[in-house]
Amino acid sequence: MDYNVLIGGAAGQGIDTLSYIIEKTLKRCGLYVFSMKDYMSRVRGGHNFIQVRFGDKPIYSHDEKFNAIIALDEDTVNLHAKSLKTSGKLILDKSISDNSAYLSFDFKAVAKECGNPRVAGTAAVGVLLKLFGIPLDVSHTVLDDEFKGDVLNANIKAIDTGYNMAKQIFNVTLGKKDDNIYISGNEAIALGAIAAGVKFYSGYPMTPSTSVMTYIAKKSHDAGIVVEQVEDEISAINMALGASYAGVRAMTGSSGGGFALMVEGISLAGITEIPIVITEVQRPGPATGFPTRTEQGDLRFIIHSGHGEFPKMVISLRSPEDAFYQTARAFNIADKYQIPVILVSDQYLADSGVTVKPFDFTKVTIERHISGNEALENGVYKRYKLTESGISPRIIPGKVEGATVLIDSDEHDEFGHITESQDVRVKMVNKRMKKFKLLKEEIQEPLFIGAENPDVLITCWGSTYGPVKEAVDMLLKDGMSIGALSFGDIWPFPTKLIKKYGKFAKMIIDVEQNATAQLDSLMRENALIKADEHILKYDGRMMSSRYIYERVREMTKASSLY
Amino acid sequence: MNTAFETYETAWCPGCGNFGILNALKDALTELGLKPHQVVIASGIGQAAKMPHYINVNGFNGLHGRALPPATAINIANKDLKVIIDSGDGDTYGEGGNHFIHAIRRNANIAHFVHDNQIYGLTKGQASPTTAKGQKTSLQFDGVILDPVKPIKLALTMGAGFVARSFSGNHEHLKKMMKEAIMYDGYALLDIFQPCVTFNKVNTFKWYNDRVYELPDDYDYTDLDNAFKVADEWGDRIPIGIIYKVEKPTYIDNVSFLKDGPPLVDAKLDPMMAEKYLDDFR
Repeated sequence: MDYNVLIGGAAGQGIDTLSYIIEKTLKRCGLYVFSMKDYMSRVRGGHNFIQVRFGDKPIYSHDEKFNAIIALDEDTVNLHAKSLKTSGKLILDKSISDNSAYLSFDFKAVAKECGNPRVAGTAAVGVLLKLFGIPLDVSHTVLDDEFKGDVLNANIKAIDTGYNMAKQIFNVTLGKKDDNIYISGNEAIALGAIAAGVKFYSGYPMTPSTSVMTYIAKKSHDAGIVVEQVEDEISAINMALGASYAGVRAMTGSSGGGFALMVEGISLAGITEIPIVITEVQRPGPATGFPTRTEQGDLRFIIHSGHGEFPKMVISLRSPEDAFYQTARAFNIADKYQIPVILVSDQYLADSGVTVKPFDFTKVTIERHISGNEALENGVYKRYKLTESGISPRIIPGKVEGATVLIDSDEHDEFGHITESQDVRVKMVNKRMKKFKLLKEEIQEPLFIGAENPDVLITCWGSTYGPVKEAVDMLLKDGMSIGALSFGDIWPFPTKLIKKYGKFAKMIIDVEQNATAQLDSLMRENALIKADEHILKYDGRMMSSRYIYERVREMTKASSLY
Repeated sequence: MNTAFETYETAWCPGCGNFGILNALKDALTELGLKPHQVVIASGIGQAAKMPHYINVNGFNGLHGRALPPATAINIANKDLKVIIDSGDGDTYGEGGNHFIHAIRRNANIAHFVHDNQIYGLTKGQASPTTAKGQKTSLQFDGVILDPVKPIKLALTMGAGFVARSFSGNHEHLKKMMKEAIMYDGYALLDIFQPCVTFNKVNTFKWYNDRVYELPDDYDYTDLDNAFKVADEWGDRIPIGIIYKVEKPTYIDNVSFLKDGPPLVDAKLDPMMAEKYLDDFR
């Protein structure tokens, strides 16, 4: 059982809310759900749509063909009717089209009867739920959470009326119980940060990263977290560094354009050795690019962000589940090595909703690596004390009587004082780079999926994990010897598994949502392994598993591998 | 003299106006009974911004123009620390101009000491945002063609609750102003005339001595309209003193859990406290 529906309309028609009702209702029926948002950078008009895929097994990505479509405007009909499966149904108001091939209803009249012109779309949702035989009472629990008073009553009446206007067509086996959560990538980052004890978040709104900040702000008072909307991203990172210096866990985040402004601060974190966690939720660039769409074009920029040479860690996120645990882990690594840790996501992961097992908060540990009096030698504290590991004991300003903490963006001596000494310079560079060496032992190798020692090896990173996993499953069913390495930790670059599997593979296909195959360049540089073929997509729309599947078939056929 | 704040040799030119500021600051901190670990000085880049190296307190010597954002966050993260900024006119009104405007809006508890020498010292003599129009410099060979920033007026316009000016050549006055600014609850701007003996041949000790006068004891610093007039006095007579001062709710006051709770840095961290938020996603 694997169904796929789409709801489309203009900005301002409420498709977010309508889709949310569908998604949450399906989820509460114990089904697995995956939703993907496609929206334009405007507040009114244009064409937006949300795809909702659901079934009885975990779903990792979106699909391109639909069993049902709700069209709130004519554009949706013109653009998406052709993507309906043979048995697919298109639901619309009769004012848009009375073509008998479609299921057209007078939703406007229903809305009028319900006493609220805004609920016409809710009636269409009622029709959709009936097509799949989804219990109406579950949808009521969702409406009950979303609306109050008259608006709630109008929505319930509308969904009921719509439901009774249609007939069931598709068979859905409902789940036995609803014990999953339904969450987006950005929400999972926010939740991971809160669990890890973030106390200060400074940021400037930028699509598609904003909802990380929004969720933390919602919990601000309950969790005691200061969320400050700043004048620019330069302020965002410099503030977060100030808060971290003063002893709290601090975070900032943006998309590529805002991250570009933060780069001087990343360099500052590097030389001052102040822990910080930064999220970069990518969208297509250069410059303003495609504000609301997806791409993986910033990887090398992120890895090299910040002038000068210093250690940093870059972790790309595969899924909401991964996002939660890796965000919490990022804070521990930042504190342990006193470095910037950058989490890399993208619009696809940011906005997609996925049903996953509830996160296990007992797996989140908080390791601050903060010292007290014991860090003093004869009553004196050296912030940049030269040690075997390169990591200097860190104390918090004001917390150790008689000790002061001096950090400096200039090259400095062990006390933090400006220096111009060649000797001290070399010692300090070596100290910082020792941490990079240690960090290499900390990194996680990529996740391997598929047949052991496969002929065909896919390489990918971050959010392409979902589509790649489903494509590999389809190709395995076809009998192909195929596997994939999905990179999460990506800097320092993990080389063990790519070297291991790269040797056996007859064909390496690098799959990335960018134009220049940036992961492939990292593999060549760090592991001396080179992809034979590439599947690259940079039109701002996420590749689907079907897209990858078809291209792998073509490539392997062309080389007579299969 | 109290030696608790002594440290490190300075790299300032002999006779630099910064020495007067350093000495006044050490005396002000001593007279306020503060201990080195209770104070943080944040700074950007420039000669003034080297202050954290010349005085034994906590120091955040960050990036050019960026003293205010970390200083604000340090106050938010630990309201028990006394947060001071020492940075120059270029750092504060030029590179950091955007932060200056918004820091006033935030009103975090910061005493901001701007070493205003009306020139760029560290980069050797170019115009700063406060260099007089027409003044020839090492880069503006035909003289500066821009109007200068008027920091006092700008701060008043943005609604700063404490706006003052002093002169590094008047130790007692400067020390008094510093103590007032440090004790003020909220953002306090103290613009300090600081002769650059090497690169500013116009605004010398004599130039300032000939012009500055102390605002009289009966001056009403709560009168905003009048403060604007005083802020505009420039030329033969330039006023120093507290030009404007009123009480305002601070950033901390505006966030109830910061105001009523312990400092943020003392918060207990426990992942399990966040588990209940999973209900948002059921």
